[in-house]
Amino acid sequence: MDVQGGDAGVDQTLTLTAASRARPRAGNLSFLLPFARGHARIRPKMRAQVTLGMKRHGKWLIIVPPMLYLLVFFLIPFAFALKISLADTAVRVPPFTDIFTVSPDWHAHVALNFGNFKYLFTDEVYGLSYFYSIKTAFFSTLICLALGYPMAYAIARTSKSTQSILLLIIILPFWTSFLLRVYALEGIIRETGLLNSALLWLGIIHQPLQIMRTTFAVYLGIIYSYLPFMVLPLFATLEKLDHSLLEAAADLGSPPWRAFIDVTLPLSMPGIIAGSMLVFIPAIGEFVIPTLLGGPDNLMIGRVLWDEFFGNRDWPVASAVAIAFLVLLVGPIALYQHNSSKQLEA
Amino acid sequence: MSDRVPPLLISILCIGIAVLYLPILVLIAYSFNASSLVSVWGGFSTGWYTELLHNDQILDAARLSLEIGVVVSTAAVILGTLAAIALVRFKVFRGRLLLTGMVNAPLVMPEIITGITQLLLFVSMLHLFGWPHRGFTTIVIAHVAFCTAYVTITVQSRLQTADRSLEEAAMDLGSGPVRAFLDTTLPGIAPALASSWLLSFTLSLDDLVISSFVSGPGASTLPMVIFSKVKLGVSPDVNALASLIICLVGACVLLAGYLMRRTERQRMQDMHLADH
Repeated sequence: MDVQGGDAGVDQTLTLTAASRARPRAGNLSFLLPFARGHARIRPKMRAQVTLGMKRHGKWLIIVPPMLYLLVFFLIPFAFALKISLADTAVRVPPFTDIFTVSPDWHAHVALNFGNFKYLFTDEVYGLSYFYSIKTAFFSTLICLALGYPMAYAIARTSKSTQSILLLIIILPFWTSFLLRVYALEGIIRETGLLNSALLWLGIIHQPLQIMRTTFAVYLGIIYSYLPFMVLPLFATLEKLDHSLLEAAADLGSPPWRAFIDVTLPLSMPGIIAGSMLVFIPAIGEFVIPTLLGGPDNLMIGRVLWDEFFGNRDWPVASAVAIAFLVLLVGPIALYQHNSSKQLEA
Repeated sequence: MSDRVPPLLISILCIGIAVLYLPILVLIAYSFNASSLVSVWGGFSTGWYTELLHNDQILDAARLSLEIGVVVSTAAVILGTLAAIALVRFKVFRGRLLLTGMVNAPLVMPEIITGITQLLLFVSMLHLFGWPHRGFTTIVIAHVAFCTAYVTITVQSRLQTADRSLEEAAMDLGSGPVRAFLDTTLPGIAPALASSWLLSFTLSLDDLVISSFVSGPGASTLPMVIFSKVKLGVSPDVNALASLIICLVGACVLLAGYLMRRTERQRMQDMHLADH
């Protein structure tokens, strides 16, 4: 290749980079749907104007029902949780005191109890379980990324028809019950399960391995359950990666690993972030996996919440745990939403 | 970009897929095990399936779960479609950001938090208004909230790609906007509605955590019954039940995928025709 051709390559690389940056829409969760490919392509002709002739009140008839429903049954409940986290436990139904009362002579009383939040700091089980949940979710996310990235990359490099089949294979378990899949995993890793039987039969081990009720089992469960969450957004960005960029890098003398680090990795960043958030956030709150697969040490926050609620029936403290948990989660979610909206703007 | 895929990538992909499917296949295989010892293969038998038919606790739970699933997915499709229309067609309205947030949040919110907060709402509402009593009603209300989010996302992505020229033509010919939408765009997105109904149904059928919180005494859904059985250890009748549910859900998802794929292909054909 002569010098001039090389220059053209650089030029092309720059324009293509700009073009590909604009395209990946990792913020749109539609990649979770079966056969979600192609959703990202919005027709350029799409008209932005409000439907002609639609009367003002007609418009509100469409907006208000879903808005009201989600407001009342999804958003406002958080306000109730906050209210109850400031109440005291009481032996009655419901098992907490009113924080706002009006006495017969029309004097309003507000009794706020911040003790529940103070309690979260004094009893170390909460701090430890928060920390433990974050640690577990973080390392599971890393392992999912390490396993999911090559999978997504391999799928993105197969032909279109193979892609559809492989995607369906990955998506199918995502829609299948977590509970049942965790239960199915138990059938493999328990003491008399398939794994131990196979290893014993092969003579690799002489005593069955204790996998159930260990930290390893919790990791295995989370990775097994959330791997599709990682693969799908990664695929969504890797699929749109322009292969000529890699060729251009190769023409300019990059070895493949270098081209991967310089071109593929930065361009797939939206997918990496979206996938990591989709694994990390639900993994922190995971309840079923540590309960069924973990031992007594695997105190994740979801499990603590559940026990506080159903075991101790201490609703105010459980609400305080939930509110504190939510505040800790808002960071990652905000980051995710920020990333999504940036994608949408592009 | 279909060229030679490195063998290392292919092997990782195969291992990943094997990891995803092996436990399910083993579970289904063991559901046909005649032996009641879960680790010993005692020959082929469908005995655990016939046993399910005589287990009243499981049958009641299954009936409850199916009823909840039908009501939930129908309501969620209606609300989710309205939300999708609002988000796609009305670019500017008060509360648009709020609606966008409320549609996306349930997808990333840990179920345990949604469950607790909704239970607290229901308890407070019962205390104030004497409604709703915990059970069927509260499970339906809670499920509709997160299913609506999934429906909105599905229908939204379909509506964005829907061609509006037919609808505009209908309005030019004198149809009102609602009439024009119902006559032209709705049939076009109907498969997306059907597939989001199926997906809501599977989500509702599978939910354990939220149901456990908002349900009351006497209303145990199928996942709740399975969870309490599984906590006690592996039992062969749960193998059979789990296999049945996995097959039912798998069939629903495949059907949903097929419906969406067909509309996609139809749309591509239409666009192709329109270009020539």
